[in-house]
Amino acid sequence: MNILKLTALKWVIYISVLLSSTLAHAALEIEISGGGAQQVPIAIVPFAQANSQDNISNIIAADLRRSGMFRVLETGGVVSRPSDIAQIKYAEWAALQAQAMAVGTVEVLPGNRLKVSFKLADVLKQTQLAGMEYNIAPSQLRLTAHKIADVIYQKLTGEIGNAASRIAYINKAKGRYALQVADADGENPQTVVSSAEPIISPDWSPDGTKIAYVSFEKKKPVIYIQSLMTGQRMILANFKGNNSAPAWSPDGTKLAIVLTYAANSQVYIINADGTDLKLLTKSSAIDTEPTWSPDAKWIFFSSDRGGSPQIYKVSAMGGEAQRVTFEGSYNLSPHFSPDGKQLAMIRNDGGKFRVALQDLSNGQVQLLSEGAQDESPSFAPNGRMLLYATRIGIRGTLAAVSSDGRIKQRLSESGGDVREPTWGPIIN
Amino acid sequence: MNKKLLGSLMLALVLTACKSAPMVEKPAAVEDKSASAPKAPANGADSSAIKEVVIDSQSTGNSPLKDPSNILSKRNIYFDFDSDAVKAEFRPLIEAHAKYLLAHADAKVALQGNADERGTREYNLALGQRRSVSVKKSLNLLGVQDKQIETVSYGEEKATPGCTNDACYKLNRRVDIAYEND
Repeated sequence: MNILKLTALKWVIYISVLLSSTLAHAALEIEISGGGAQQVPIAIVPFAQANSQDNISNIIAADLRRSGMFRVLETGGVVSRPSDIAQIKYAEWAALQAQAMAVGTVEVLPGNRLKVSFKLADVLKQTQLAGMEYNIAPSQLRLTAHKIADVIYQKLTGEIGNAASRIAYINKAKGRYALQVADADGENPQTVVSSAEPIISPDWSPDGTKIAYVSFEKKKPVIYIQSLMTGQRMILANFKGNNSAPAWSPDGTKLAIVLTYAANSQVYIINADGTDLKLLTKSSAIDTEPTWSPDAKWIFFSSDRGGSPQIYKVSAMGGEAQRVTFEGSYNLSPHFSPDGKQLAMIRNDGGKFRVALQDLSNGQVQLLSEGAQDESPSFAPNGRMLLYATRIGIRGTLAAVSSDGRIKQRLSESGGDVREPTWGPIIN
Repeated sequence: MNKKLLGSLMLALVLTACKSAPMVEKPAAVEDKSASAPKAPANGADSSAIKEVVIDSQSTGNSPLKDPSNILSKRNIYFDFDSDAVKAEFRPLIEAHAKYLLAHADAKVALQGNADERGTREYNLALGQRRSVSVKKSLNLLGVQDKQIETVSYGEEKATPGCTNDACYKLNRRVDIAYEND
């Protein structure tokens, strides 16, 4: 009985997500499996929405569901449709076993503006927990829904949410490579740059206004920085040989990059305006995939200096490198959790390349993904989820997993070959 | 419940079937510099005169580089997994290209390193580079000067996707010898 119920629920979730994403002309579909142990039961009442866009309660509900921290209740069986606190008949929602509920309105203002009002209520205590009002352009409605989801997330879990952030990834379709940016739910994809030659290794500036990436348009890897708002591009590094693996420093003033111009692949530090190039690592091996610790004191990187590819760290001021990974014969792609306590990486697990998470305080490693060629792990702004690339047949697709391994999602774009996702900061 | 489910499904199908117009996007233009722009004559000749240059793909038709029975037509050097060691079986091939380059001082080659798609893109980019440098060193030892050789890497970006076994993977772990104007 229980199993049947669960299966039905999963399908409903899948279909409603598919439905809302189709309505929004989305390119990415989201499939959720598993779930957190303790999920807050919440009702998101359809907003009294005066404009014709998709009801934002659907976007809010999908964001909360995807976080794994909430059980979003079916509200179809409740007759009343409150849009403000005063209209709530709490007994009806308590009967649904909702602990919290969200209500709201979207009004059309003169001058093509929208007013979005939202209230969050505690059903058991019958009190208001949060209330927000937004005066926005219609194009900001999705972002506003994500911000509301993050307010709910923060009020009820005590942590910041990820819904109002963006992701970047490379989409290869019809022989062209496109660097795209989408909302964290995969909706609203926009092309930043496209080329007939490969584009790899996108990395967000810490303020989310620029992306550094590697383009092969000059028939060799060259590093560019591009402003998202203006489209203006600047060559950061075009030295003889390969220029690759850009990684912004936490304050956005510098990047760690990899060059082969003097010799083999070595890590350098360069100012974000292309000045003051400094060699950081000195080995006769491959040193690549640099990443900064959140406190900016360390650069972690991949190297095969010890015989097999492993992760090392070096002071951002230079000096001797120390080995970080000891388990397994192949560890690559280091990426820090926002609190700097954990390191995500790609590990060769018996011929399968999977996302692993190492606790930097005790060295313990947990495998998080189940694919055969998983790549490019990056953390959500709150550190709860990791985004990575996986492969189904010859097609690349995006997947996410919670940092405790319990919630797994797949975002599959129809028709494209999607790779190298990287999770950007929260949009202010 | 079931009726509702079916309804949602059908609606989803209908909506999927009539996907609307493509997204309007404003991609930044990528300059394509591969198409060569006409160059002004260098020595003060009539600047309006145009000397047409026809690049004849048949012009090297009799070249030993194109003769399938000549070892010089073989351009691929294959490697083991995560290795940049040039295997003994490719020695004759490299010797033949070294001999050709020594005899044709104006000939130039790009050594294009590649990797199979296992492992990360950046590591494979570095590995492809190391493979191309490894072949360059073999040519250097045979007397070929650096000015005739450029080493580049495509990493796993040009690998045939979807390999599931080593017979397929190994074809992507290679350095291609590409002659300029070839």
